[in-house]
Amino acid sequence: MTVKRLITAFLPILIWSGGLAARQSLSVCPDCPLKTLSEAIAAARPFDTIYLQKGIYYENDVDINKPLIIIGVGFPVIDGQEKGEILRITADSVLLTGVEVRNVGTSYIRDQAGIYLKEVKDVRVVGNRLINTFFGIYLEYSQQVLISGNYIEGRAKDELSSANAIHLWKCHKVHITGNFATGHRDGIYLEFVDSSLIENNESTRNLRYGLHFMFSNDDSYFNNRFVENGVGVAVMYSDRIEMTGNDFTHNWSPVSYGLLLKEIRYSKIWHNKFLKNTTAIYMENTIESDVFENDFISNGWGVKIMGNCEEVVFHSNNFKGNSFDVSTNAKQNYNKFNHNYWSAYTGYDLDHDGTGDIPFRPVKLFAYLVEQVPASIILLRSPFMELLNHAENVMPVITPETLKDESPKMKPITW
Amino acid sequence: MLKILKYSFKDIFRSKWLLIYFGFFFVSTWFLLYFTNDPSKGLVSLLNIILMLIPLMAIVFSTIYFYNAREFTELLLAQPIRRHAIFTGQYLGLSLSMAGSFFLGSGIPFLFFGVQNSDSSGSLINMLLMGVLLSFVFSALAFAISIYNENRIKGFGLAILVWLVMAIVYDGIFIYLMVRFSDYPLEKPAIALSLLNPIDLARINILLQLDISALMGYTGAIFNKFFGTAMGMAVSVIAMLFWTLIPLFLYLRKAGRKDF
Repeated sequence: MTVKRLITAFLPILIWSGGLAARQSLSVCPDCPLKTLSEAIAAARPFDTIYLQKGIYYENDVDINKPLIIIGVGFPVIDGQEKGEILRITADSVLLTGVEVRNVGTSYIRDQAGIYLKEVKDVRVVGNRLINTFFGIYLEYSQQVLISGNYIEGRAKDELSSANAIHLWKCHKVHITGNFATGHRDGIYLEFVDSSLIENNESTRNLRYGLHFMFSNDDSYFNNRFVENGVGVAVMYSDRIEMTGNDFTHNWSPVSYGLLLKEIRYSKIWHNKFLKNTTAIYMENTIESDVFENDFISNGWGVKIMGNCEEVVFHSNNFKGNSFDVSTNAKQNYNKFNHNYWSAYTGYDLDHDGTGDIPFRPVKLFAYLVEQVPASIILLRSPFMELLNHAENVMPVITPETLKDESPKMKPITW
Repeated sequence: MLKILKYSFKDIFRSKWLLIYFGFFFVSTWFLLYFTNDPSKGLVSLLNIILMLIPLMAIVFSTIYFYNAREFTELLLAQPIRRHAIFTGQYLGLSLSMAGSFFLGSGIPFLFFGVQNSDSSGSLINMLLMGVLLSFVFSALAFAISIYNENRIKGFGLAILVWLVMAIVYDGIFIYLMVRFSDYPLEKPAIALSLLNPIDLARINILLQLDISALMGYTGAIFNKFFGTAMGMAVSVIAMLFWTLIPLFLYLRKAGRKDF
């Protein structure tokens, strides 16, 4: 065995151990030799660890262009003084944690972000705080990224001069979990993002949407809370989205929805809770999707289903105390309602099988009228309208004849 | 006047129907709560009772009471008492006892089912208040109608007609106008139209608590902005008071001059 062959055989191990020996950790603090994060990055070698000590650092356009581990000790603050972007990650395998990023400048031309990830892989952004950001965390052409446990707070005043807390553009396999987003235009925004998972986040008091999908396929969002946003979640032009176990609460405003669906196909909505939204679900051009085992409680409208929806199946949902359970603008119906519980159901169950003996028609004549003449909402719960509803219920003339639940449940469904 | 009030109070209590009135509200509210097991759902059913039955009962009982108490009234008129005192006392005696028995009859069951601890307590108080106001409005209307009509049958028929128009027909015309003129902005006329009917006023007032989610919608928000503010609340309560005071004024004016 020649020496040359021996070296070739052990070369990988040699390089690995050499790399291990070369790994060092750098410390940054206002009184250290390294006074700023930028200096530390310039001094570091790939796979080094940088400890950013407690303090305030005034920096902009910090480019993290090496695979580094950056750990904030005691939440150091990087203040951008509203002059523009703050951190930019352009290398793979970066871990950024425990840092507070503050004061990103507003721009109408550039997408300025607190933390900007560009064309990277295997990056983790965990447990950071972002205060007064324009864009909070911005991902572009990235994959296998973890965004976890970040607190993102903006001070958005109107939609025009604000941006999104977490913004993803052309990414895939991104995992967004346990973040809190508030005070932005959209809490979480996804455009051309595939195969990603969004779970356990809370998105509240954002001006437009809590969570927003555009042209994104095969994504799921689980167990998130969307409270007091303009619209809880908007899913548009996307296929195969799974929406499970989320809370949609108090999304109230003149044009407000808990969940807005537009051009959606093959999706699943289950185990969600819609509480006190102006409209719980608004559906437009939604095809072949399942809505089951959800709670619709005390909403203005439970479901607004437009005439261009097809093959949407609602089953085993609870509709309790909504002003209108279902409303539509069409006379035809191509969707199915089965085995739901309706608190407005007044039928009987003579054979005691738990299913009402007469079908329930969730679309009231009055709901249809309100759709045509919005101002007539002022006659809501008028005895005269109740009379008309009863008449229409017996002999449907105006409301879709086939939109009915043939097997309404007598008791609320539990799962 | 207080003495008259006391007498008519006693008179009403003796006739037992006040007890029936109280019992009706007590039992129906109790059953509503018992079978729905949910105070907020019970409130919705109570809403229908308030909007339909209180006006009907108030107007019917007041008409009957007025015609039946005629002999007693004539007796009183022979005494040295001011006419206004007699008639105001009678009105207050009747309307207070009816409002009171509704308030207690519907309120007590809710207390039993623990509504004061839930978040619907505000809407309940508001609802009871509206019921009380409606009792005042419709007994005033009944008294005005009866004093203008010597003929009992005619007076009674007119009273029922007034109830029918306000409870049902008015809203029918309302919705017809809305659909007919749907091309125009209707929000302000709609507010004006609803101010003209005490039952609509009461209903909208209750809606603001009960169906707030729906009223946050695009058009609803306009109504909410009007009726939901302190100003709007004041306007609607004042409108209800006018609905009491104007018939009452007509009644007292006629009573002051009428030759019995």
